[in-house]
Amino acid sequence: MSDKKTKGIWKVISASSMGTMIEWYDFYIFGSLAVVLSTKFFPTDNPTAAFLSTLATFAAGFVVRPFGALFFGRLGDIIGRKYTFMVTLLLMGGATFAIGCIPSYETIGFAAPILVLVLRLLQGLALGGEYGGAATYVAEHAPKGEKGYWTSWIQTTATVGLFISLMVILVTKSVLSKEAFDEWGWRVPFWVSILMVLVSYLIRKNMEESPVFAKAKSEGKTSTNPLKESFGNKYNLKFVLLALFGATMGQGVVWYTGQFYAMNFLKTVQSIDSSQVDMLLGVALILGTPFFVVFGWLSDKIGRKSIMMGGMLLAILLYRPIYRAMYNTTDLTLKTEVVDQTKVVPSIKEIDAAKLDSIYTTTKAYTDGTTVEEIKTKHFEAGKLMVDDKGKDKIETKVTKQINSSDRWFLIFMVFIQVIFVTMVYGPIAAFLVEMFPVKIRYTSMSLPYHVGNGIFGGLLPAISTYFVTQSKDAGDVEFYLEGLWYPIGIAAVCFIIGMIYIDRKINTLHD
Amino acid sequence: MNTIKKYLGIVWIALAIAVAYYAIGIFGGRLTSGKQDDLVFGIIIFFILLPMIVTGLTIFGWYALTDEYED
Repeated sequence: MSDKKTKGIWKVISASSMGTMIEWYDFYIFGSLAVVLSTKFFPTDNPTAAFLSTLATFAAGFVVRPFGALFFGRLGDIIGRKYTFMVTLLLMGGATFAIGCIPSYETIGFAAPILVLVLRLLQGLALGGEYGGAATYVAEHAPKGEKGYWTSWIQTTATVGLFISLMVILVTKSVLSKEAFDEWGWRVPFWVSILMVLVSYLIRKNMEESPVFAKAKSEGKTSTNPLKESFGNKYNLKFVLLALFGATMGQGVVWYTGQFYAMNFLKTVQSIDSSQVDMLLGVALILGTPFFVVFGWLSDKIGRKSIMMGGMLLAILLYRPIYRAMYNTTDLTLKTEVVDQTKVVPSIKEIDAAKLDSIYTTTKAYTDGTTVEEIKTKHFEAGKLMVDDKGKDKIETKVTKQINSSDRWFLIFMVFIQVIFVTMVYGPIAAFLVEMFPVKIRYTSMSLPYHVGNGIFGGLLPAISTYFVTQSKDAGDVEFYLEGLWYPIGIAAVCFIIGMIYIDRKINTLHD
Repeated sequence: MNTIKKYLGIVWIALAIAVAYYAIGIFGGRLTSGKQDDLVFGIIIFFILLPMIVTGLTIFGWYALTDEYED
């Protein structure tokens, strides 16, 4: 490729990737700060507000992504790629900034949770429209035979966005005191977004429309009703379904297992200190991210299918051994306690005139350098130990483990392997989807299976898998911590079989 | 390969029915448990994920069975 052409496409890549990365950043800071947000906007003693809280933090952003894909995909196929994904960028940036400006529940009452929910919905809609536009825009600029390589840069943005969101939160927390962060500092990551969005908007503003789309538009070959042509047309619908069940569904669960479920598992099942988890996840993401480009490039040489299906197969086969090894790393029954270093500090916290908490803080050290802090809280009312819904004594136990350096590196390696699976299934998928559909309905047709696969099948993974873990734990299953993996393994296995049998090379040369 | 693609269509339709059956069995109680978290979870499973899997997989299976994916 000539220098001029290379320079041109790098401009396209940087403008598109930066915007998409910011959208992912915006989307993930909400999730990362969900605990703080719930205390600011949602009173725990009000059931309706609690309902809105759960809905906003858990589901709304993911569930509306396919609707954003339909709405903005249609616009992108009618008006153009460039203008549509500029609208989604501004919508996302505006919604994120606005979340950072909403007064707390104490100040404006019920309007606070409603505003948060509405803005979270807008974030989901914007993200649903953004990705398809950026991927299509880059792919339509890429030279023939190099779509995998060039679109793989867009594919890095989700992971980079997640990484930056973790880092911005970590930096903000480290600069401010805990009280200041809880008071107002949590708003900073939301405000930072608007600066990034403005820069990205100015860069994108000067970009040209996709040449392929501009040509189709000048020849009057664009669609007047992309939704009808995409989903009302049997020929196209069968490819939409194949893209969903043979590729994006499996890719979605591998993506969310490798990054989000791994994070949840380290924090909640293994009880590792939250900052240690953020750091080790950050290192694994940094080490793994270049492989998006490696596998995108490789998919131009040996085909998309073999790499994506290879990643899915490895995930199916190795998830259980990986998570077993991760769990064993912090299994205290396999470690030797240094008994004379164990300390127990009792304390009492008065809640009100009738209620008080009796707190026992136990710190333990182990021969391998692991330290554990266990806080056991017993709730008393009128001098009697309170009971929970199930009639059991109301005692809460919070365990936090500080792991040693070798365990940290081992866990980084375990997460890194999972990120490699992510890069295999995700690196080539933008090019794969773009090549499946014709120019006039490409934005709409590729966006829907992507966001259903990622947003619904993938986005719901942490909740569904956690449900399986909880159920197994309650049932007394010894390996309860592995049960959450049946959801991603099952979905990826079905997707692998469908992909292997129904996807052939011809599909990806139909609209190249 | 075309014969395998075609007859696997029956498997996808059967899988869609099986998923619906087991999902109702496993998650059905969540809608009526009275807990807010369960209600949100149940709504998402029953009104978002399940219809998508059941409808999509059934249509996909039908297309396979009617040779739409033939080479």
